[in-house]
Amino acid sequence: MKVSAIITLKKDVLDPQGKVINQTLDGMGFKDINEVRQGKYFEIDVKENDPTKAKRIVEDMCKKLLANLVIENYKIIEIQ
Amino acid sequence: MKSSVITFPGSNCDRDMDVALKKFGFNNKMVWHNDNELPKSDLVVLPGGFSYGDYLRCGSMASKSKIMQSVINFAKSGGLVLGICNGFQILVETGLVPGVLLRNKYLEFICKNVFVKLDNKDNPYFKNIDKDIFELHIAHNEGNYFCTDDQLKEIKDNNQVAIYYSNNKGQIDEISNPNGSIKNIAGIFNKEKNVLGMMPHPERMIDQSLSGEDGSIFFKNLIKNIK
Repeated sequence: MKVSAIITLKKDVLDPQGKVINQTLDGMGFKDINEVRQGKYFEIDVKENDPTKAKRIVEDMCKKLLANLVIENYKIIEIQ
Repeated sequence: MKSSVITFPGSNCDRDMDVALKKFGFNNKMVWHNDNELPKSDLVVLPGGFSYGDYLRCGSMASKSKIMQSVINFAKSGGLVLGICNGFQILVETGLVPGVLLRNKYLEFICKNVFVKLDNKDNPYFKNIDKDIFELHIAHNEGNYFCTDDQLKEIKDNNQVAIYYSNNKGQIDEISNPNGSIKNIAGIFNKEKNVLGMMPHPERMIDQSLSGEDGSIFFKNLIKNIK
């Protein structure tokens, strides 16, 4: 099964990259932005056909490696 | 005195550290990241560099490599573990020291000399050292120390800050903060003070003809404390 996860910075953590992207977009004429936050997206093909189990495996990966829970949150967004 | 320097794929300050440790009397061994066992050591050093290409997050993959389980066990049994730069990033990813190192505030790779002020001499690294302000070199892209408010309180309560970025007079102010680190923190200990992570490179300041000798003072004192 393919499981997709996104990792985002927690709300209070400064995201300088998001800030620069925000400024560039603004300079290009996109004036309707409140804020840009940059994150990471993972697509993981796991050897498991049960969606609940597949989700659990990827959640475990997020907790142990893919995200640093001091500064980041993770979310499983799609299982197919 | 025996030391071990761990080499990860992408480490690039491992040999500088080897030279520094040997210069001040350590019998140093280089240890490959894929080994299982640490040689008998009085000090283990995680060197600077770009372990595993710094992919995912700096230090994250190195913190899961084979040798790290032995390093973590060594640290938990009271052994001295020193992480410099990327080594500090690896230490925070293992959870041996609190917090994380984020991208520098102004998105620049910083490579320059800075001054740091020692905060705490009640530990095996700085005990009896007769200097408070050091000029050391930094070279990093992710040295912006960050931790939660709860962690910061705990760090302060336990005197875990090792060094602060300061000016040459030892004043800890915003202008001396190169990378946006919370409270100017440049290095921290674990609670027990046997594990030290710091962004500056003492191994780059061991020769007057190259850059300076404040690093020599650090290593000379360290080996004296271990004896």
